[in-house]
Amino acid sequence: MPTPEKPVPPPASAQPVPLIHAGNLTVGFGGRTVVRGVSLTVHRGETLALVGESGSGKSVTARTLVGLTGPGARVRADRLEWEGEDVRAWSERRRRRIRGRGIGFVLQDALVSLDPLRPVGKEIEDALKLHAYGDRAARRARVREVMEQVAIPDPALRAAQYPHELSGGLRQRALIASALALDPPLLIADEPTTALDATVQAQILDLLAAARSRERGLLFITHDLAVVRRLADRVAVMRGGEIVEEGPVGHVLQDPQHAYTRHLLAADPALHPKGARLSAAPRPALPEPEGERPRGVVLAAEGLHKTYRGRTAVADVSFALAAGRTLGIVGESGSGKSTTARIALGLTRPDRGTVTLHGEEWSAPAEKARRHLRHHIQLVHQDPLSAFDPRWTVRRTLTDAVRLHRPGHRTPGPAEAAGRARELAAQVGLPADTLDRHPLHLSGGQRQRAALARALAPRPSVLVLDEPVSALDVSVQAQVLDLLAELQDAFGLAYLFISHDLGVVQHTSDDVLVMQDGWIVEAGPAAAVFAAPAHPHTRALLDAVRPLTPSGATR
Amino acid sequence: MTATVARLRRYGVRPAGAALVLWAAATVTFLALHLVPGDPVLVLLGGGSGANPTPETIAAIRHAYGLDQPLYAQYLHHIGRLVTGDLGVSTSLKEPVAGVITQQLPATIELTALALLFAWLLAGAVVLLSTGRGALGRALGSGLETVAAGLPHFWLGVVLLYVFAFRLGWFPVAGGTGIAGLVLPALTLAVPLAGYLGQVTRGALLTALEQPFVTSARLRGMSSAAVRARRALRHALLPPLTLSGWAVGALFSSEVVVESVFARQGIGRALLNAVLARDLPLVTGIVLLIAAVYVLVDLAVDLLHAVVDPRIRTPREL
Repeated sequence: MPTPEKPVPPPASAQPVPLIHAGNLTVGFGGRTVVRGVSLTVHRGETLALVGESGSGKSVTARTLVGLTGPGARVRADRLEWEGEDVRAWSERRRRRIRGRGIGFVLQDALVSLDPLRPVGKEIEDALKLHAYGDRAARRARVREVMEQVAIPDPALRAAQYPHELSGGLRQRALIASALALDPPLLIADEPTTALDATVQAQILDLLAAARSRERGLLFITHDLAVVRRLADRVAVMRGGEIVEEGPVGHVLQDPQHAYTRHLLAADPALHPKGARLSAAPRPALPEPEGERPRGVVLAAEGLHKTYRGRTAVADVSFALAAGRTLGIVGESGSGKSTTARIALGLTRPDRGTVTLHGEEWSAPAEKARRHLRHHIQLVHQDPLSAFDPRWTVRRTLTDAVRLHRPGHRTPGPAEAAGRARELAAQVGLPADTLDRHPLHLSGGQRQRAALARALAPRPSVLVLDEPVSALDVSVQAQVLDLLAELQDAFGLAYLFISHDLGVVQHTSDDVLVMQDGWIVEAGPAAAVFAAPAHPHTRALLDAVRPLTPSGATR
Repeated sequence: MTATVARLRRYGVRPAGAALVLWAAATVTFLALHLVPGDPVLVLLGGGSGANPTPETIAAIRHAYGLDQPLYAQYLHHIGRLVTGDLGVSTSLKEPVAGVITQQLPATIELTALALLFAWLLAGAVVLLSTGRGALGRALGSGLETVAAGLPHFWLGVVLLYVFAFRLGWFPVAGGTGIAGLVLPALTLAVPLAGYLGQVTRGALLTALEQPFVTSARLRGMSSAAVRARRALRHALLPPLTLSGWAVGALFSSEVVVESVFARQGIGRALLNAVLARDLPLVTGIVLLIAAVYVLVDLAVDLLHAVVDPRIRTPREL
C-alpha cells in the first residue's frame, strides 16, 4: 500500500538559523584593541558561557552584540547577524527594536543597574512601554506575571517598592524580570550571580535554566567555573580579547586543550584538596621553620553572644583554634561571621562569653590591660585599598607597621626597620620595585600581598582573614591562597578564615564552622562537613555551588 | 523608645533650628548697627553735620529711643520686643516696620520668583542642548556657564538696560509696571545664577549618564535622547535643587543692587536706605524677614528633595 507522501523534512545536515552569530569580531577603544577576532553563535534552547578574568573582553563582546559598545568604540566584524539578518547595516532605530524585544540584557550589579529613583515595577514595565505592548492594564498584568515567573513574592507590593528597599536577591530577580518582560528569544546576562549569597545564586541560576528550557537562547558571562558547570551547554574561554578554547562544557572542563583553560581549572580551589598548590607562582623566600613556634590552642572562644538593637548577631558561638591550623567560618550575609571576627579581634565586646588569646583573657580586660596581647592577632580583609593610607608608599606603610610600639619589645631603629620591611615584602612575594609605589598603583594581588606583609609585621600568631580573596580573579586568588599556605607552614600561623565561597574554605580549612542567623549550625573537620553535611543549611549551601549533574572532575 | 526619639528629632530639631537662625540674625544686626562708628542720634536728627541741634534736644532724643541705657539693656529690650512679635516703628520713615515690609514685599517676591524661573529655564536649556553634542558642545556650554556665573549684577544690569531699553526700546528704562518692567531686572539676577545652576546640573547629568541603570534603559530599547531627558535628568535635578535654597537667599541680597540700578521699589532698596539711615527697627525687620525666607525655602527644598528622591522618604532599615 503506497504511503501518501509526507512533506519532506529539512535535511538533518541543514543547521537551523542561529539566534545570533558574530564572525571575526574586533573591537577597539582609542589605540587599544580589547576584542580580537571573536566568533560566537547562540542557537535557540542553548546556553553559551563566556568565561574569562577581568579585562578579557567578555563584557565588551556582549555589549557589542546589541550595538551598545560605548562611546568611542571601533567595531569591525566579518559577520554580525541576528536571526540570519546582517545587523551591521541596520539603523539605530532598527537596532532599538531588537533591544528588549529580541534580546533581554541583564547587567552585572542590580543595585546600580536599576534606576534608584523609580519603583521596580516601572523598571520592569519599561521594555513593555518602549515596545508598545498593550494598554496600561495589560502591561500591569504582564509585569505581575513576569515577577511571579522570577519568583518574587507578593508582586503587587514589590512592584511599588524602590530598589534600595529590596534585598540583593530580589533586586537581581527584578532586573532579570525587566529583561524577560517581553519574553525575548535571547537573554544575555553579565555576571548575573556575582556578589550574591550561595543559596540566592542557586535560585537565580535555576531561574536562568528555566528560561533556557522554554526554547530560549542564553548567553552568560562569568568568571566562575562552578556556575559554568551548573548551567552552560557550551563554553568559550576568553583571554586578552580572544577566545582561546570553545566547546561543549563536558569536553572543555574535563579535557582542556588550551594551556590557559588548564591554568584556570588548576586555579579552582574547590577542585583541589588542602595542601595542593593552585598556581605556578614561584615560592617566596621564607625562613626555615624555627624551634620556638607557638603550639596548642592560640585562640579560643566560649559561648559568645552579641545582640544589636534586639537583633541577635552572634549566639552561643564557641571554637578553638590551634597554631598552624585553619578554621573556616562560612555563612551568608547576616549570618554573624563578621561579628564573630570582630569579637575575636577584640574590636567588639561580646555581651556574654569569653575569648582567650594565648591562654590569657582577651575579650574582658580593659584595653590598657590587654594591649600587650594585641600584636598576636592581626587582620587582613577583603578590600586592601581602603585599608591603606593612599598617600603612603608600601615601604612607608610596612616600616610604620614594623616600628609600631609593642610592650615588652624594643622598637627597631630606622635602618633595622627598613631591612625588616624589605624582608616582609620578600616573604609575601612583593617585587622590590613595588615598595615605592602607592596602593592605587598596585594590582589587586599585589595589594593583598602588601596587606599580608603589614599583618605579619608584628610577628602575630593568629591572622583573621575576612574574605581575603573575594575581590580577586581566579588565577590571582590561586597565588594568594598558595602564599597563605606557605606562610602558615613557615611561621606556624593560625588562620581564622571567613568566606562566603565554599570552594575556597574547603581548600584552605582544617576545621569549619557553618553559621546561620548568628548560630553555629554545624562544626567539624572540613573534610567530614563537606563530604557528609549533617545540617540542611550546610546541604543547601553546598548544593548551591555544586553542578546539577555530578562531574567526575579531578576530585 | 527609639521611635519617640526619632520623631522628636524629626519634628523638634527643625523649629529649634529656625528659632536659632532668627535669634542669631537679630543679634548680629543689633551688634553691627551699634558697632558702626558715629552717633545714631545725629543721623536721626537729619544727617550729621548740616543740622546743629542743642545738647538738650540730643539728650531728649537719646532718652526717647532708650539710647542712654547700657548696651546689654538695649539688647534685652530689643530682643524682648521681637519675641512678642513687635517689630517696632521705623525711625527714618516714622511708620510701623511691619507696614513698610508688607508694602515693599510683593514687588520683591515677584522679582525673586521670576528670576529663579528664568535661571532654571536658562540653565536647563543650555545643559540639555550642550550635552550629547560631543566634546565641543560640552566645552562651549561649560564655558558659557563659567562666564555667566562670574558676571557682576550692576554691570550686567547696566548692559541689559543699554541694549534692550535705550537702544531697542523693548522694555521700560526705569520703574515700569507689570511684567514689562520686571523682565530686565529678573534677567539681571537670573543670568549669573543660571551659570551656577548649569554647572552643577551638567556635572550631575554627566555622572548620571555613566550609571549602569542608564545602560539598562538603553538595553531595553530606549533612545539616547529619551534616556537623557527622561531618566538621567531627574538625577541631575537634585544638586541644583539644593543650590536653589541658597539661591533664594542670595537673590534677596542681590536685589539691593538690582533694585537700585533699575530704580524699583522693593525690600532690597528699603534695606539699603534703612542701613544708611541707621534705622535699627527697619534693618532688623528686613534681616529677620530674609532669615525667615531662608528657613522656609530650606524646608521647601527638603520636601521637594523627598519628592524627587524616594531614598530620602523611606529611611533605610538597619
